[in-house]
Amino acid sequence: MVMTVPESQQGKAIESWQGQVEELRGLVSERAMTGETLLLNMGPHHPSTHGVLRLLLELDGEEIITCLPDVGFLHTGIEKTIESKQYEKGVALTDRVDYLAPMNNNTVFVMAIEKMLALDVPERAQVIRVICLELTRIQSHLVWLGTHALDMGAMSAFLYCFRERELILDMFEMLSGQRMMGSYIRPGGLWRDLPDEFLPALQHFVDIFPRRVDDYEALLVNNPIWRDRTEGIGVVEPEEALALGMTGPTLRASGVNWDIRKAEPYLTYPRYDFNVPLGEHGDVYDRFWVRMQEFRESIKIIKQAMKNIPGGPVRSQNRKYVPPPRAELGRSMEAVIHHFKLWTEGFSAPDEEVYVAIEGPRGEVGCYLHGTGGTKPRRVHLKTPSFMHISALGKMSQGHMIADLVGIIGSVDIVLGDSDR
Amino acid sequence: MGVISSKLGNLGVVTTSLETAVNWGRTGAMWPLLFGLACCAIEMMSTQASNYDLSRFGMELNRASPRQSDLMIVAGRVTRKMAPVVRQLYDQMASPRYVLSMGDCASSGGVYNNYAIVQGVDEIIPVDVYVAGCPPRPEQLIHGILTLHERIKGEHFNEWITGQER
Amino acid sequence: MTQQTQPANPVELLKERFPEAVKYVKQFANETTIVVERKQVIEVLKFLRDTKGLLYNFLSDISSVDYYPDPPTEQRPERFAVSYHLYSLLYNRRIRVKTFVPEDDATVPTATTVWEAANWLEREIWDMMGIFFEGHPDPRRVLMPADWDGHPLRRDVPLGYETIMFSFNVEEILKHKPTGKEGRVSE
Repeated sequence: MVMTVPESQQGKAIESWQGQVEELRGLVSERAMTGETLLLNMGPHHPSTHGVLRLLLELDGEEIITCLPDVGFLHTGIEKTIESKQYEKGVALTDRVDYLAPMNNNTVFVMAIEKMLALDVPERAQVIRVICLELTRIQSHLVWLGTHALDMGAMSAFLYCFRERELILDMFEMLSGQRMMGSYIRPGGLWRDLPDEFLPALQHFVDIFPRRVDDYEALLVNNPIWRDRTEGIGVVEPEEALALGMTGPTLRASGVNWDIRKAEPYLTYPRYDFNVPLGEHGDVYDRFWVRMQEFRESIKIIKQAMKNIPGGPVRSQNRKYVPPPRAELGRSMEAVIHHFKLWTEGFSAPDEEVYVAIEGPRGEVGCYLHGTGGTKPRRVHLKTPSFMHISALGKMSQGHMIADLVGIIGSVDIVLGDSDR
Repeated sequence: MGVISSKLGNLGVVTTSLETAVNWGRTGAMWPLLFGLACCAIEMMSTQASNYDLSRFGMELNRASPRQSDLMIVAGRVTRKMAPVVRQLYDQMASPRYVLSMGDCASSGGVYNNYAIVQGVDEIIPVDVYVAGCPPRPEQLIHGILTLHERIKGEHFNEWITGQER
Repeated sequence: MTQQTQPANPVELLKERFPEAVKYVKQFANETTIVVERKQVIEVLKFLRDTKGLLYNFLSDISSVDYYPDPPTEQRPERFAVSYHLYSLLYNRRIRVKTFVPEDDATVPTATTVWEAANWLEREIWDMMGIFFEGHPDPRRVLMPADWDGHPLRRDVPLGYETIMFSFNVEEILKHKPTGKEGRVSE
């Protein structure tokens, strides 16, 4: 069985990190071996790689011949760690996978557990989840827009975007007590009900945000420098995008109409009326444009959802899986037993496998969950869009200038925590 | 340096010790390294953006090159694959250099007690200030930076000369 | 995606086309799992992708699972399994193709010939689970450092847990810690 490290790669970490040219034979062109083209290391510490992405570039002058992405600098072992934790405790770890969209990861993991246990989710919780997911999408896109524009030399968009993002983070803090890593979404529903201040704050946000999107568009959409730097760069054809496993706005910018919210509706998405913005050319500009439209569509969904939030509990009443509220413990012996069972041992899930996918801000976020019949999962695999998008970077950047690479990296909206897990 | 204030008007000469003057200069224009690892880097960006505005403390300029920066904010979990890189960046910084470990993962490994994560960045580089939180709020980061400023203000000549740099 | 055709039953078509490759079919929570013979998995995937009425044209995910402590059963004859999650954009449905991989010959033919997206997903499985994909164009590690020994997601590999420092055991732990604390100014 092939198990050991290849001999060429044995050695100290620092040496293999710097790498030997011989290892690259077959991956870069033969011209690099003779030194005719330049091998350049971009990252893992580079201001425009959005974290710790390392790109090995083969350059002919300014033109990129080969681009070899290298990830794993943020590999955290989250999948392995969840295997050693009970299902409910795993939720806190999924927050930190894609740290720009924590609620999405919560939701996909929790939905996989719910699917496996056939656990019901009250309608109120589902509607609140939709609101949270759309707010997460907006805040994730805001960070994307700010940093993408910053990379391309537009500083002010960054400042505006983070101003609005603070409003959303304040709302998340109301919900869960944490600005980013809330773990608000739990198996069977939500952690707590909405606080009283939440809906007025949301109303305020929904009222002002469309005008702010107008501001961003005024800054960028017709800006000739922006258009020159983005149009016709990093073009991906629809068939190629599908073969490369691209999802989300990046795929839709190539003109493929696939949004999991529409195709396989989950939660209460089928009730809401929204469009799926599509691009035509699949270049950097179209990816930008699609995400800008998604701001408006998300606001549309939130507006419809907040108009009609049903009453009732926010967590399933199935006491085998959901701990009873504190007040019940003083009155009911049964509640004490359930509470003790759930907080010491946790609940058990069958020895089966499920796969759940939802539409995250970056694309399809999937969770493959395999139980053991006990209280801990056998295997959790998170399918993350950034991983696929980074693997496609090599194809997308071929033949472009090195300055365009920065735009391409920004336009696919990668998060290294998402890719490395 | 409380004596220098605009209220005193056109005061020609101020006497102070060299230590105080140098330390004041170091705290007033401390350039952090533009170095983000994980979740905490997003909060670090929030700190520098409009709402929290880190430039109030003379830190608006993030240098991408370690040669030009004084402060390394280790924002996020340090993996075993990244550890040599972090150490190399630290070695490239010119003295005096300071390290702020931002967040639980950088300080102690946080929730990730596993094969991939270095259990605290202080295993590879010396750290001056630890900021707790997962991720810390921007206010917490600012507090950590001000704590570091306080510490720098108390530095002495003999520490510079004997090479006991951090 | 050419003209609209009626969706066909993938299980029936597969059983008809590959009678000996399909071992059994399992339904759980509205998900269909088709367990196939390891050597024929690529033909099965190609068939699912190209056949009229199926058109599972998008590779969503490849994941692996390690059944380590459990003894082999009739349903799970080997230690490892690799699952391909396919999605059909035309019919909006998913299917899982699963194949079991023995421990002493942990190899699976590569699916990069069917979908380019399989490239990194297979590299990840080789890296984390130690299942090698025969014919893979770039079989390097992807997440772990290149000199890492072993495959961390296997169930017999420990998590790599370190004892947590408290005031009662801090002295003991610091003795064993690799330290970078040289030249540190005492408080």
